[in-house]
Amino acid sequence: MALPNKPKGELKAVVNPEVVEHDVDILIIGGGMAACGAAFEIKKWAPEGMKIVLVDKAALERSGAVAQGLSAINTYIGENPIESYVKMVRNDLMGVVREDLIYDCGRHVDESVKLFEEWGLPVWKKDADGETLDGAKPAPTLRQGGQPVRTGKWQIMINGESYKCIVAEPAKTALGADNIMERVFIVKLLLDKNKPNQIAGAAGFSTRENKVHIFRTKAALVACGGAVNIFRPRSTGEGKGRAWYPVWNAGSTYTMCAQVGATLTMMENRFTPARFKDGYGPVGAWFLLFKAKVQNGLGEFYANSASVKDELEKFMPYGASPVTPTCLRNHLMLNELKAGRGPIYMATDVALNAFLEDRKAKGMDDKSIKKYWKHLESEAWEDFLDMSVGQAGLWAGMDIEPEKVGSEIMPTEPYMLGSHSGCCGIWTSGPEEAWVPEIANESRAHKYKWGYNRMTTVDGLFTAGDGVGASGHKFSSGSHAEGRIAAKQMVKFCRDNASFKPELKQTAQEIAAEIYAPVKLYEEFKGGSTAVDVNPNYCKPAGIMMRLMKATDEYGGGVATYYMTSGKLLNICLDLLRLLREDSEKMAAGDIHELLRCWENYHRIWCVEAHIRHIEFRKESRYPGFYYRSDYPTVDDQNWKCFVNSTFNPETKEWKCEKVECVNILSTDPWL
Amino acid sequence: MPSYVDPSKCDGCKGGDKTACMYICPNDLMVLNVEEMKAYNQEPDACWECYSCVKICPQGAIFVRGYDDFVPMGGQVHPMRSSDSIMWTVKFRNGNLKRFKFPIRTTAEGAANAYAGQKGASLDDECLLLEASLPTPTK
Repeated sequence: MALPNKPKGELKAVVNPEVVEHDVDILIIGGGMAACGAAFEIKKWAPEGMKIVLVDKAALERSGAVAQGLSAINTYIGENPIESYVKMVRNDLMGVVREDLIYDCGRHVDESVKLFEEWGLPVWKKDADGETLDGAKPAPTLRQGGQPVRTGKWQIMINGESYKCIVAEPAKTALGADNIMERVFIVKLLLDKNKPNQIAGAAGFSTRENKVHIFRTKAALVACGGAVNIFRPRSTGEGKGRAWYPVWNAGSTYTMCAQVGATLTMMENRFTPARFKDGYGPVGAWFLLFKAKVQNGLGEFYANSASVKDELEKFMPYGASPVTPTCLRNHLMLNELKAGRGPIYMATDVALNAFLEDRKAKGMDDKSIKKYWKHLESEAWEDFLDMSVGQAGLWAGMDIEPEKVGSEIMPTEPYMLGSHSGCCGIWTSGPEEAWVPEIANESRAHKYKWGYNRMTTVDGLFTAGDGVGASGHKFSSGSHAEGRIAAKQMVKFCRDNASFKPELKQTAQEIAAEIYAPVKLYEEFKGGSTAVDVNPNYCKPAGIMMRLMKATDEYGGGVATYYMTSGKLLNICLDLLRLLREDSEKMAAGDIHELLRCWENYHRIWCVEAHIRHIEFRKESRYPGFYYRSDYPTVDDQNWKCFVNSTFNPETKEWKCEKVECVNILSTDPWL
Repeated sequence: MPSYVDPSKCDGCKGGDKTACMYICPNDLMVLNVEEMKAYNQEPDACWECYSCVKICPQGAIFVRGYDDFVPMGGQVHPMRSSDSIMWTVKFRNGNLKRFKFPIRTTAEGAANAYAGQKGASLDDECLLLEASLPTPTK
């Protein structure tokens, strides 16, 4: 039976949606790890009767970056000093980070991991002989002193297919099902009418019915992830959905906060991960668990060559680390590719066979070897099946068995995020502790603390996870912990501002008309053409997204130029983005799904503009391998070992970019 | 690798109060054609192949076909998920099969402790629930 091949969804949009207004005390926007952490923690601090609502554009059980699952938790401090964690992050992110935020994350993160295990997440353990037990085998818990299976210094292995389902469950229970609104996409924050620089609400729409939701709130947490599909991806057909980071992360966190005046930080940072080509399967376990090495097209294991050591010495002190910073690893790979020594392979065959040879050399008999191989093979496949099934699908389609042949790896298109090996985001207050630096400056855009941990420069507006800038390497667990930190602080903010009554500047009808403008435009002009997607009076979000990705790819240092850009190219990019921003007001939506895509692309355009603006402002190449400026090709610590912060003024609509002092809390000598 | 629906198996979740795939898709891709009572993926090039719809479908009606711009045809990866484990079948283009089974959860569904009713001590320090004291950095 054939189904009608409809390019549009089934939920028709109407020009005048129903408007629903809500009064709450605290609004949690987002549904990923950070939002779930906040939902779990907040009730422990909130007084009776405080109204707390979580709004998620998807379903909590499978929303956010962990929707598919994960095969490892990348941040678990365990037996290590937190100071070593801070130093590792500082070096990986080329020196410009907020050490206070990273230390603070480090001192809370293990508690989140212990909770995950208690809630039912299977965590791999080591038995008395040092052999690996999967997470369902009886073993002492982390809280009881059980030994996790470390891969790198900070990562632990899990059976994480249901990681997000498990973390969402207590979040839901704690907040209560009535206080969780799924399938509502918040698209803008609202400032207070009377009190300057104070958040007073947020607005969005249902993706299931024609309803606009308007919230008045005293405080809000914005935790909607990073930004994906902002640069032209390597796969531009069906495969553009196979983004490395979740394809539904549209930069909403950065855009919504920036638009109400929250200061952004390090928006020039991007993450360009090197992953298995096309399927974008994870490489962490292959490097760390299986000890695999990369090989160039000539079969050379180039990473330890003399020329590579010379190259790394150009980037001191960062290049001296035993673990080369992620961007510099890309840089070395790009050098191979540009010299025509590609492609680059992960030598999976060499790595897996080395394990077997090792066992044979130790006298293991054939039957035991066979059993051991089954275990090893299963671990290798689980890494993909837990978190990147598409890579397993690609191997199946290509008849690839990793023990027989290596697989190509490749730097992907750039992403914006603040929780992985990247650190763009929003400038927030650190904890109220004596060791957090005092900065003699009136402006919050320069200070490190102003009373409420993880509060942005806007009163009552908090963020966590990918939202908090200059403090990467939180990953799933650190994002959850950061959501918990913000939750407690929001309650404190409400207690301290008990008399505040939020009042919105705009009427409900004005807000609804703005949110549904793409529907109105569509209905007004759809008769002007016999093809719904080709019309001189409007553009469709799918086309706008391709236009954005073309502009960034060609001028903003995408894959087309091996991540190379320049002041000249960046300014062309900014001109194109201005035109895009203007035309984004002509995006039209024929149904509710398309309205979702309109607003996502609007968010993408805005946060990319901040990204390009920051790269243009910073006259150096801070992250070689992530991007390069041909006019300022080196890392320039003398002039640029500082944050770049930018603030959009919602009244004047002007951007201000400035240098902000980067203060080390931990000793810089020795650097590592 | 977009998901697709086998029309001979999909019943539009007639018996349930909501369509499972439409409920779960993180990217709002699955929709129900109410006339046919069959679901479909409305935007295959926005599919992350997260398998949320495949795993949740009560009829086992949803499968994944590799992205047509880079995956050769003939392979397939398909899961069977229970309350405590998941079984994956990997079929290669050349017909070879591999099966893997992994645990997914060590507690019963619904049993995660939300610490409901438990309260933190002081709003004016930085300790979270279950934390009694916090370290400070040494140089």
